Amino acid sequence: MLPWLLAAITLAAVALTAPSLGRHLFEVFDGRPQPAWDRWLNPIEDGLLRWIGDNGRSADSAMAYLMPLLISNTLFGALALTLLLLQPPWLNPLGLGGLRWDLALHTTISFLTNTDQQHLVPEQSLGNLAQLGAMQFLMFVSAATGLAVGFAVIRGFSGRPIGSFHRDLLRALTRVLIPASLLLALFLLVCGVPMTLAPPLQITTLEGGQQLLPRGPIALFEAIKQLGENGGGFMSANSAHPYENPTLLTNLVSTWAMLIIPAATIDAFGRFVGNRRQSNLLLALVFALLLIGAVVAMKAEQAGNPMLDRWLSGGNLQGKELRFGPVLSGLWAVVTTGTMTGAVNGSIDAAMPLTILTALFNLFLQVVVGGQGTGIAYLLVFVLLAVFLTGLMVGRTPEFLGRKVEKPQVVWASLILLIHPLFVLIPAALTLAGGASLAGISNPGSHGISQVVYEYASAAANNGSGLEGLADSTRWWNLTTSASLLGGRFLPIAALLALAEGFRRKPALEPSPGTLRTDTGLFTAVTAVVLVILGALTFFPVLALGPIAEALTLAS
Amino acid sequence: MSIAAQLLRGLRLTLLLWFLTVVVITLPMLGLARLVAPDAATGSLLRSGDRVVGARLIGQGFSSARYLQSRPAGAPNLAASNPELTTRVAAAASRWQSAGVAQPAADLLLDSGSGVDPHISLAAARQQLPRLARERQLPLAELERLIPQHEEGPLGVQAIEPVVNVLTFNLALDQLASSSTTQSPPAPARP
Repeated sequence: MLPWLLAAITLAAVALTAPSLGRHLFEVFDGRPQPAWDRWLNPIEDGLLRWIGDNGRSADSAMAYLMPLLISNTLFGALALTLLLLQPPWLNPLGLGGLRWDLALHTTISFLTNTDQQHLVPEQSLGNLAQLGAMQFLMFVSAATGLAVGFAVIRGFSGRPIGSFHRDLLRALTRVLIPASLLLALFLLVCGVPMTLAPPLQITTLEGGQQLLPRGPIALFEAIKQLGENGGGFMSANSAHPYENPTLLTNLVSTWAMLIIPAATIDAFGRFVGNRRQSNLLLALVFALLLIGAVVAMKAEQAGNPMLDRWLSGGNLQGKELRFGPVLSGLWAVVTTGTMTGAVNGSIDAAMPLTILTALFNLFLQVVVGGQGTGIAYLLVFVLLAVFLTGLMVGRTPEFLGRKVEKPQVVWASLILLIHPLFVLIPAALTLAGGASLAGISNPGSHGISQVVYEYASAAANNGSGLEGLADSTRWWNLTTSASLLGGRFLPIAALLALAEGFRRKPALEPSPGTLRTDTGLFTAVTAVVLVILGALTFFPVLALGPIAEALTLAS
Repeated sequence: MSIAAQLLRGLRLTLLLWFLTVVVITLPMLGLARLVAPDAATGSLLRSGDRVVGARLIGQGFSSARYLQSRPAGAPNLAASNPELTTRVAAAASRWQSAGVAQPAADLLLDSGSGVDPHISLAAARQQLPRLARERQLPLAELERLIPQHEEGPLGVQAIEPVVNVLTFNLALDQLASSSTTQSPPAPARP
């Protein structure tokens, strides 16, 4: 009972705190006065913008917002890649040198795209300079890039000018991600997460064995990892490792931290369009999807593995930590895939098939609360399609937020939703066709198919979790997932900006009695159906071959 | 705006944000850590004399019969449907049975996620006490009194169920032995 109660409290805490942060996000990205913040930060932000040579004025086209985004992201990546390739062995106590080129490239792209898929063992590959200067740096700037895009899209839908990328990026850091990360880091530190530049410690265990204690500046790293929907671990074991997630309390707070910013972003959307009923209904929609997934996964983990009934009873503890137990590990798996964080507090590979099914479903939909900034953007794309479909059904001109939804919007929306399956299914099919040794499958049968599909779904959705038994540190995996990472990040960003800016330029209409209202329970239910049908139909065949087949095997 | 000018801007932005997110916020956090929680900040280390013997949060592997054993580690990614998992669990169960534990607790049979799970369940700890009492020639009651001192659980927000910290328990076990006899305990058997 206790785990279920704690799960409920955690989700309730997200719902209760989202409006306050939503209000803050609205003020930050709509340029509203924030006296307590402005006094300190305005001179600094203005000075910094002036130093980089930007006047902070809004871009006049989607392209003018996109260009500085692409240029700066390329340079962020180049800086991190250089650090990973040229890591000087004399600078870190373990004497770790530069990474192999394909691994360095994959790691850089993975962190730059807010994904943090890791094909390396970080504590055995990266010194503190690389962990801080490449990984932590990219975690902050990729999350800020996501937030900037999310609010540029929200501005377009609410009829405002698209904004200035540099200004958005800077304010996302100074007013949201940095202060929030510092607070969370302080909390984690008090709970036992290390924060030190002292070298990893080689010790002799009680029985005389050797053990490496991978200490480091973990607390701050961990904070932005969770809050920024990054998910890349300081250690390979990620949030299962006691140095990243030492107690039950840190586990619950880390679960909250994954959800809070995407939930608050949806709340902020309602404030932008002056209709909080609309945003509350959207929040209710994604929370309902999250809740259904969570119950499925938590029940599956609680019931345990029937194959092992001869030897043991109780929940599925394989690959899990005793401090969290089966149920809260199930909750985490659903939250981490729904929010595109990708941090794990136990092995998803060893989770029950229904948990893997839920996780994959979340990766396919990309809106179950959703990623940093991108979550609300994808959600609005689904809403546009629902508006279009219901408009067709009732024979009215489809309208959303006082603007007509016409051919260009539907074309952009369809393109955005097609990018994802393209970067998941095609490379997965190629890899599976290449045979088990190319794929590096570690678990036989239908589970092996899940391993391959999951890896690309996680890459293209910019999530970063994985069915980690997969032997993915190969050139094939590094290069093909890099393509999915980049395609799943920057193509939708470009299309979303174009869609939002095009939408803004349409004439605003006064609502008439004939206008189909989108802030009703009925319309929200239709949106849910559109979401599930589009998501499920595209991917149903692979779900049937993977987790559904595995679940049936276990049940028989 | 020319490409060169845009690149220059991007370059300045990159340097600025690198400095901000790597140096400006990390250094004060490191300083604060030394001030607020110096023990946790450096890894919650456990010392015996001058020597660091481990970390309170990090589990160690134990193979000697004279110590409480931790959870197995090494194959956390075996899928629920993988026959290897069944084989592994069966082998672990029969090892425990030949060591006198008829129905080993589930956490003694299933791999931890991190490989360094510091805990085992109360049941898993109690099952091992008769063996420890025999190996160390200590009264069972004395060992049972030791468990609550190393128990962590929901009330301390450490774990979802009452669990035992294996490393601190084993350290206490060694101290118990060295205080009850004048000699230090014999070197434990190596795997």
